[in-house]
Amino acid sequence: MVGSSSGLDRRSFLIGSIAAAGGVVFGPYAFARAAGIQSGDALASINPWVRITPQTITLFTPHADVGQGAVAAQALLIAEEMDLEPGQFETGFGPRNPAYYNDALADELVPFLSIDHTPAAEEARAAARKMIKDNGTQMTGGSSTIANCYTRWRQAGATARETLKAAASKRTGVPAAALRTASGAVILPNGRKIPYQDLAADAATIPAVQDVELRAPSQWRLIGKPTQRLDIKGKVTGELRFGIDQAVLGMVHATIKMNPRKGAPLESFDASKAERMRGVRKILPITHGLAVVASNTWYAMQAANAVEYHWAAASDYPPEQAQHWAAVAASFRPQSVDKVWRNDGDVEAALSGAQVIAAEYRAPYVAHQPLEPLNAIAVVRDEGIELWTSHQMPEAVQGIAAAVTGHRPEQVVFHNQWAGGSFGHRLEFENIRAAVEIANTMRGTPVKVVFSREEDFLQDFPRQIGMARNRGVVRDRRIVAVDFHVAAVSAVGSQYKRMGAKATGPDPQGALGVGNLPYDIPNFRMTAYSVEGVSPCSSWRSVGASSNGFFADSFIDELLHAAGRDPLQGRIELCNSQLARNILQTVAEMSDWNGPLGNGRGRGIAFVDAFGVPVAEVIEVSVKSGGGIRIEKVWVAAAVGRVVDPVNFENLVQGGVIWGLGHAMNCELTYADGAVQQSNYHQHEGMRMFQCPPIEVRALEQGPVRGIGEPPVPPAAPALANAIFAATGRRLREMPFKKFVDFV
Amino acid sequence: MIEVTVNGQTRRVDVAPDMPLLWVLRDELGITGPKYGCGIAQCGACTVHIDGRAARSCQARIGDLNGRNILTIEGLGPRSLHVVQQAWIEHQVPQCGYCQTGQIMQAVALLESHPQPSEEDVARVMSGNLCRCGTYLRIRAAIHAAAAKLQEN
Repeated sequence: MVGSSSGLDRRSFLIGSIAAAGGVVFGPYAFARAAGIQSGDALASINPWVRITPQTITLFTPHADVGQGAVAAQALLIAEEMDLEPGQFETGFGPRNPAYYNDALADELVPFLSIDHTPAAEEARAAARKMIKDNGTQMTGGSSTIANCYTRWRQAGATARETLKAAASKRTGVPAAALRTASGAVILPNGRKIPYQDLAADAATIPAVQDVELRAPSQWRLIGKPTQRLDIKGKVTGELRFGIDQAVLGMVHATIKMNPRKGAPLESFDASKAERMRGVRKILPITHGLAVVASNTWYAMQAANAVEYHWAAASDYPPEQAQHWAAVAASFRPQSVDKVWRNDGDVEAALSGAQVIAAEYRAPYVAHQPLEPLNAIAVVRDEGIELWTSHQMPEAVQGIAAAVTGHRPEQVVFHNQWAGGSFGHRLEFENIRAAVEIANTMRGTPVKVVFSREEDFLQDFPRQIGMARNRGVVRDRRIVAVDFHVAAVSAVGSQYKRMGAKATGPDPQGALGVGNLPYDIPNFRMTAYSVEGVSPCSSWRSVGASSNGFFADSFIDELLHAAGRDPLQGRIELCNSQLARNILQTVAEMSDWNGPLGNGRGRGIAFVDAFGVPVAEVIEVSVKSGGGIRIEKVWVAAAVGRVVDPVNFENLVQGGVIWGLGHAMNCELTYADGAVQQSNYHQHEGMRMFQCPPIEVRALEQGPVRGIGEPPVPPAAPALANAIFAATGRRLREMPFKKFVDFV
Repeated sequence: MIEVTVNGQTRRVDVAPDMPLLWVLRDELGITGPKYGCGIAQCGACTVHIDGRAARSCQARIGDLNGRNILTIEGLGPRSLHVVQQAWIEHQVPQCGYCQTGQIMQAVALLESHPQPSEEDVARVMSGNLCRCGTYLRIRAAIHAAAAKLQEN
């Protein structure tokens, strides 16, 4: 951050930042830090997570909240140790700060399977953690928020608590050891309470106490207890403002259109009609397209639609979907091997001369499309840039914005916002670049850019397309060999490329959900192939595992069927850990797996381990008189080590299952003439309420502490396909399933 | 000038008559509870009440609304929370929350026309409101809880 940015503070006013539950706190802290101002006489910034003024306690929750409840969970962890009750503090996303580094991402970055605990793998993880810490990499993703915060954010809270006790001790002369804390106050032995706010000035003058002890779980008041998520009320009254709802004084509205053939330029355009339309202020070229600035978003969108565009042909990928599939199919070749991730036993020998079961699977492109379309507010001044939007990588936002204007990254002040969903969409930068490009042509004027839904669809970098060609052998009612070959686009590699970086080494997401199957099969090989030259792709809720889980578990189901085994018992017998067995046994019990099943019904099970969280799902379907399939019920068991908020946990698991099912049933993006053919929700629906089954959820507090945002997604598609097989005898090996069956 | 009543207040706007109510509310009046999601009545995030009936504000042209009564989430329970909002809080429905103001306005209208809705009623009426986070089970539970509460009162 730069000293002069404090000048921005005085000139920019954010209208309508709210003080309601979970309200956003803008500005002063960021600018105070930016200007190098240390804690003032009445402001105690005890650490980057806690700020106390005579009026207010603010807990900074730097992980982006994309609907997963990150703000509430982070605040809960800090408040637990600080002895704060909900309602006694505000929250804020905090400025960009290397102290908020996320080393829980390390496991997803190293080219080793999650089940690999060899010294080489552990060394690589340690090195990745160090690199993240040294670089101060701040990112929300990979279901890593809870893992990242679980200990460190509690330590931040404990530090604040002990520092406040030290301040009270200094003021009263009572030894800190004789003081206790409760409900936002330090309590003296005589029962007198000093509210934390009253200690702000004192706390600001003493060094933070660093040597602190964390509470034992048995003493917890908040963690693991059903609590009211802090943002619920503001989201129910409409008071909570998302990025798209924010307004800055003097702001103009804008929208953009870019070449739907992603990455190709706008050759020419005729805006003569659009320029004369009501409300239009300015029409200007931006990278790959055009922006319209107007007095109202709708005027801007109408005018953008009235421009005649001459788009260049697609240059980075083939124009037609069939060519994309052909490119995937052609990638099963030695020179495209990304990595042989697992090679147990001797697969070639086991396959040779045996009766080989082979099957090919496909996963299409799908869109992210959170309900809040891409948007951003930017104001560019000579001395810096100020930005308001929701994003999962604040640090990268600074770099991207600065690169547009020639400012330095530290001159970009970024105010993260509540996001109306993400599912990986807010890891991209199209909205940032567009807002800054436009604002740079009208320095001093804040510009709010909102993508139309159609534009958001057309510019969405989809989930990777992929195929699997699997082979296996069963003998004596056992799976003796499995040989997974998976060809897919590296979404992460594609993202790196757009950020001007280059991925080094194989993509761990290529193996996630398949190479790390927690099964002992004597001959087990998994080979990942890189698909190049197709659509750019991006991380989509559960990333590699979103397609790999379907490829792997469905095929295990096929092999167990060929072996004449019960799908659930068969999986339990394959498990190589007690935790995996526990999860399967739990879901068996929940679903009454061996219980009676009505006519025309079938149950399917799937088990996938992704982002360190093994999840088993059982789905029961019925076949209706017209042949339509109805999902009757879903049962889920997941192991996360520790459930921080049980209500939110259940909500997220249910949402993850619905996400996985809805897209597996109903959605694909297809290219024609270089552009995707789906441009709004009627063509890419996900799930709606009428298709939504009851979903029963159970958490096992076993294994490492991990997050639950993504792990429930991968088992949903295979569990449904396996259930449909059980009910109808028909194997579905390609998503979306609605191409083959009707859902009712 | 077009005159409408929004949440009990008379508001005058000078805009193109074919501007959708949604954009009048959001960009002209600063009322941001109704959300832009799709613009073509596929998601329901923009749902408001026009003369007491749920409507997609992205499809209602402001020029057709002269003298009409508009209710948005901001006016639903100005002093105390509406029973449906209370149920939404009790069941902790939202995840990202972006669709929820529209869901709530649709649910309020549903309970006004069907005080004791069946599962089918709920599925039929609420299936027009998309939730990308997948909170449908909690929406369903909250609607039935609100219906029971309204029955008591």
